Amino acid sequence: MLRAISKDWLGAGFVTVIGLAILFFVPVLFDLFEVLQMTKYVVLALFVLSLAYIWGFGGILSFGQAGFFGLGGYAFAVSSINMGQTTVPFLIAIAVAALFAAALGYFMFYGRLSDVYLGVVTLVVTLILWKLINHTAGPEYVIGTARLGGFNGIPSIPIMTLPWQPDQEMEPSHMFQYFMAILIGVYVLLHILIKSKFGRIAISIRENEVRTGLLGYDVRLYKLAIFTIGGAIGGAAGAMWATYQTFVDPNIFSLEWSALCLIWVMAGGVGTLFGPMVGVLALEYLSFQLGQTDFINNLIIMGVILIFLVLLLPKGLFPTFRDFVTKHWNRRHE
Amino acid sequence: MSEPALLATSGLTMRFGGVVAVDQVDFAVKAGELRCLIGPNGAGKSTFFKCLTGQLRPTAGSVVFADQELRGATTHEIVRKGIGIKTQVPNLFDGLPARENIALSALQNHSKKRSEEITDQMLELIAITALANRDVGHLAHGERQLVELAMVLAGQPRLVLLDEPAAGMTAEERGRLANVLRELAGDMSLIVVEHDMQFIRDIATEITVLHRGRVFLEGDVAEIMAHREVQEIYLGKEANGAA
Ligand SMILES: Nc1ncnc2c1ncn2[C@@H]1O[C@H](COP(=O)(O)OP(=O)(O)OP(=O)(O)O)[C@@H](O)[C@H]1O
Ligand SMILES: [Mg+2]
Repeated sequence: MLRAISKDWLGAGFVTVIGLAILFFVPVLFDLFEVLQMTKYVVLALFVLSLAYIWGFGGILSFGQAGFFGLGGYAFAVSSINMGQTTVPFLIAIAVAALFAAALGYFMFYGRLSDVYLGVVTLVVTLILWKLINHTAGPEYVIGTARLGGFNGIPSIPIMTLPWQPDQEMEPSHMFQYFMAILIGVYVLLHILIKSKFGRIAISIRENEVRTGLLGYDVRLYKLAIFTIGGAIGGAAGAMWATYQTFVDPNIFSLEWSALCLIWVMAGGVGTLFGPMVGVLALEYLSFQLGQTDFINNLIIMGVILIFLVLLLPKGLFPTFRDFVTKHWNRRHE
Repeated sequence: MSEPALLATSGLTMRFGGVVAVDQVDFAVKAGELRCLIGPNGAGKSTFFKCLTGQLRPTAGSVVFADQELRGATTHEIVRKGIGIKTQVPNLFDGLPARENIALSALQNHSKKRSEEITDQMLELIAITALANRDVGHLAHGERQLVELAMVLAGQPRLVLLDEPAAGMTAEERGRLANVLRELAGDMSLIVVEHDMQFIRDIATEITVLHRGRVFLEGDVAEIMAHREVQEIYLGKEANGAA
């Protein structure tokens, strides 16, 4: 037991060290274009953590993580354009996504929606958001000084600044490091959360909801909290995406993003945090390479890859690799 | 009715469309009592338990536990008042070790450290320490039943509902279970649903017979076993190999 726990923390420590190494060395070792490309992976890794957490450690399968991603992006865009700074807007983006998740979660969990309907509702709500935003092209759709722009999107979103240097736009390498620090921070916080009493109960809900209730835990409240945390993380990723692109359009809410998020988690491995981040990196890199050839639709390729992964490595890349290594390790040490 | 009942139902009724699974049941157990609830398949035993724990909302009637009306309370609220249940189909956290299964129950009332201690006590009480680190999904049915019992007890309930706890157990495990149940009675109330008459003889003092959703008869072991009509509706059926 004790050994199992310390082994677990060892894994998280190892991931953190790798993360810090990436944070410090990538800007030194790679050129500007590559750093920009990797910044994108970092943002998407944070996005994937939002689903990896709620699905892997709370058993909530959401088909609409893009909803929170999009809300975070739009909330950041609108508030940063209005406020002329980025730190408070970043917090606003997180809060907006979290509040939306809480409201939606309340409706779903307290309305005793079954898991299948939960999937459908998250999907449909995201579609509705996409539709709504698409219809805001007219000049009457303006919040303060920010026009929503409908299908044209919102251009000229401010580049994020460090909270303690509000007058200085971040250079690409600094943005990479700042985002990487956020990613590592969220990863570590989630790991601590998962090992806490709250996290253990969340895992028990994943394992058996009925039993968790029969032990005296308020399952609905826990699921609401888990879902809200996932929404907040998705919102943070959305804000980072918006500032990284300096642009958002309604496609941030698209099914494609929700589907990709699912694919990354499944490919990397449900039930781990590290695996899905690897999944993002592997599949996005692959899709980037394929995208340069530009002759087939990326999403189709992703779908095919997913089918192969599900058939060949049903646990996902990282858990399969981990099991393989521990097996051989144990055999050698028997 | 000298001692006040810990649990009392009156007119408790549960309908599923046209089926009346539980039909105006008046039932009471005293603190520290061990009661067996028997009846043929479909008699309504499991449904009765589900009405007590809030897993089902009774169509009519009331449930009073420790002087509080449970009507309208949710499952987790009822459990927190002190009712623990081992369901007919084992409800466990299959992907987690037995130890964590039990600890999660103790954690409801206690700190991390204290819940580890309670977990150790329960593992010893039920004599399943050897299973502590095995994932319960990989255990035999009888072993799972024991883990679930330990889990329920770790919540320190005042009333324990056990729905066919001996099913799938070896003779040795049954003996162990009977001993544990006899020991627990007195400290807490237990209602045990069982089909195995030998097992009931081993543990029971008082028996309630449920038939077609109604309380058919209540009495002590000897009385019930000797009752001709009970033998016809229940024991006779079992003797014919139906149970
Ligand atoms: N959710 C449900 N919907 C409809 N009918 C139900 C439901 N649950 C139970 N019943 C019916 O209620 C009756 C009582 O079922 P119950 O499971 O309570 O019996 P039981 O005494 O536990 O039987 P067994 O000994 O087989 O476990 C049965 O006729 C059953 O078909
Ligand atoms: Mg039953």
